[in-house]
Amino acid sequence: MTLSRETLINLILIVLLAAVPFVALGIGQPFYITLATRIAILALAAVGLNLVLGLGGLVSFGHAAFFGIGGYVAGILAAHASSGEALMFGLAGSDQMPVIWLVTLIVCGIVGLAIGAVSLRTSGVYFIMITLAFSQMIYYFAVSWPAYGGEDGLSILVRNRFPGVNSMKPISYFLICLGMLIAGLGLFSLIRASRFGAALQAARQNAVRVAAVGISPYPIRLAAFTLSGMITGVAGALYADLNRFASPSMISWHMSGELIVLIVLGGTGRLFGPVAGAMLYVVFEFALGGLTERWQFFLGLILLAVVLFARGGLLGLLAGKARHG
Amino acid sequence: MTIALAIEQLLNGLQLGVMLFLMAAGLTLIFGVMGLINLAHGSLYMVGAFACATIAAWTGSFWLGLVASLAAAAAAGAIIELTVIRRLYDRDHLDQVLATFALILIFSEGTRWIFGSFPLYLDIPPLLQGAVALPGGAEYPLYRLAIIAVGAAVAIGLYLLISKTRLGMRIRAGESDREMIGALGVDIRTLYTIVFALGSALAGFAGAMVGALQSVQVGMGEPVLILAFVVIVIGGIGSIKGALIGAILVGVVDTLGRFLLPQILAILLPPAQAGLMGGALASMLIYIVMAVILAVKPRGLFTAHG
Repeated sequence: MTLSRETLINLILIVLLAAVPFVALGIGQPFYITLATRIAILALAAVGLNLVLGLGGLVSFGHAAFFGIGGYVAGILAAHASSGEALMFGLAGSDQMPVIWLVTLIVCGIVGLAIGAVSLRTSGVYFIMITLAFSQMIYYFAVSWPAYGGEDGLSILVRNRFPGVNSMKPISYFLICLGMLIAGLGLFSLIRASRFGAALQAARQNAVRVAAVGISPYPIRLAAFTLSGMITGVAGALYADLNRFASPSMISWHMSGELIVLIVLGGTGRLFGPVAGAMLYVVFEFALGGLTERWQFFLGLILLAVVLFARGGLLGLLAGKARHG
Repeated sequence: MTIALAIEQLLNGLQLGVMLFLMAAGLTLIFGVMGLINLAHGSLYMVGAFACATIAAWTGSFWLGLVASLAAAAAAGAIIELTVIRRLYDRDHLDQVLATFALILIFSEGTRWIFGSFPLYLDIPPLLQGAVALPGGAEYPLYRLAIIAVGAAVAIGLYLLISKTRLGMRIRAGESDREMIGALGVDIRTLYTIVFALGSALAGFAGAMVGALQSVQVGMGEPVLILAFVVIVIGGIGSIKGALIGAILVGVVDTLGRFLLPQILAILLPPAQAGLMGGALASMLIYIVMAVILAVKPRGLFTAHG
């Protein structure tokens, strides 16, 4: 089997990401482990979004909703586990990550199905704005509902546990997140290669023809939207555990914008686009943030330049055009 | 609950609606004519507010500040149209969203750079201070009434501009067939710049008017921008009439919801809980209204094109 240039670059990227924390430990700069963990989590969130945005061509400007819901699921379950109070219907809280992830998947699945069912009736700009509006709705709910911190957010006192691993150790937690990212990437590539993925991409290229060969685009898009929200939700749960904090800012529309930015910086619709994008973004943020307080100003300029002049993102630059348009 | 209180809330809703209309009219015009989704519209609102506050503080005149807000927002709009926006017309929505998102970062951080992080304050001009008696005995601030009047005047002015003037004719022609009016010899690039500057000026004007009610600060445009999106989605993107009706609907529903929902829930629930539930529900109410409207009419109430 010969490796294509893109596969080679993908391998280099993931090895690079995996190596960072060990190098960081070696040179005594454990802070970089947190940075690498952030990259892995943001990349996973963007992998979720890439499913609808990259493969489906649906610009969701509301994926922060799922990211935030994941964060709050982690926060709320942990809060109930530590206080011992029962959650609704007499269910107990939990500080076990697999349980939290499962609950996140269920909650985000239900919310994704509901938001998608309404939003996917529309298209184009309407879709962008409706997904934005739904995430704002959840944002305002989080801000105005005082039971779980309201505007102040919700602290997670002790990072949730993973069976058999000491999740408090930065490097262990990084490996958990990296594992989830790889699982997410695996799922994405499985979906992309499946009949379902083919139909989803075909619906992006020409919805009328897809309908003409007897496949209705709506249920396919709805399934993709729901799945995509579930993946982004799990990333949100990981993010809350990383910062030990779930806050409304995770649901803000800036977050939705950032997720789109990650994908486009890396390369839209490509398997490793989100990984490349998250690496670039976090490194930009860190490097520019160290140089100037006004780093967002320069980030804006760079982003503008990428959109106007460097279409295809980092992977487009390194690996050439994507094989499928 | 008294009648006076209800009237006061209704007027507050109208005032919010009128401000939203100024924002939404520009957004919907820009989308209708150029097919562009402009996230940076909230930044132009902020530019207007900052220009007004600066000039008002400098000269002591709110009115000069208001003129400055129009000029500054129109100029900022024209500059970004000529440098950035122009390149986005034939791009897909994803590129437009990203580029205008980048503009927000640049505008917000740039404004913070120039003016610092502290909010500026803008006083209501002496002419419009004071209150007017409402039927039922309550008083209502004159300035808010003036905002409603100004908004109504702008709505009428826009209607006249678009339906009666040559520029309006070109704008309408641009909405229905871009290539054709280009072929007929209308300078379409200049027309686009004018439309963009006009929309920007409206946003800046709204920012300046609201600036005297709230503080003038970085990020002030973003909540308004999102409400304006809700408005144009409800009204039908590209339709000025839809923007007007959507804006009033959103303004009134939002204001009355915050006022009435806790009271209605208080009939069913203990007061403390009713307050919480009511507050949380009220903040989501307009989005729920939007979802319902779109579930019935996916392209908004008044669809501009086909």
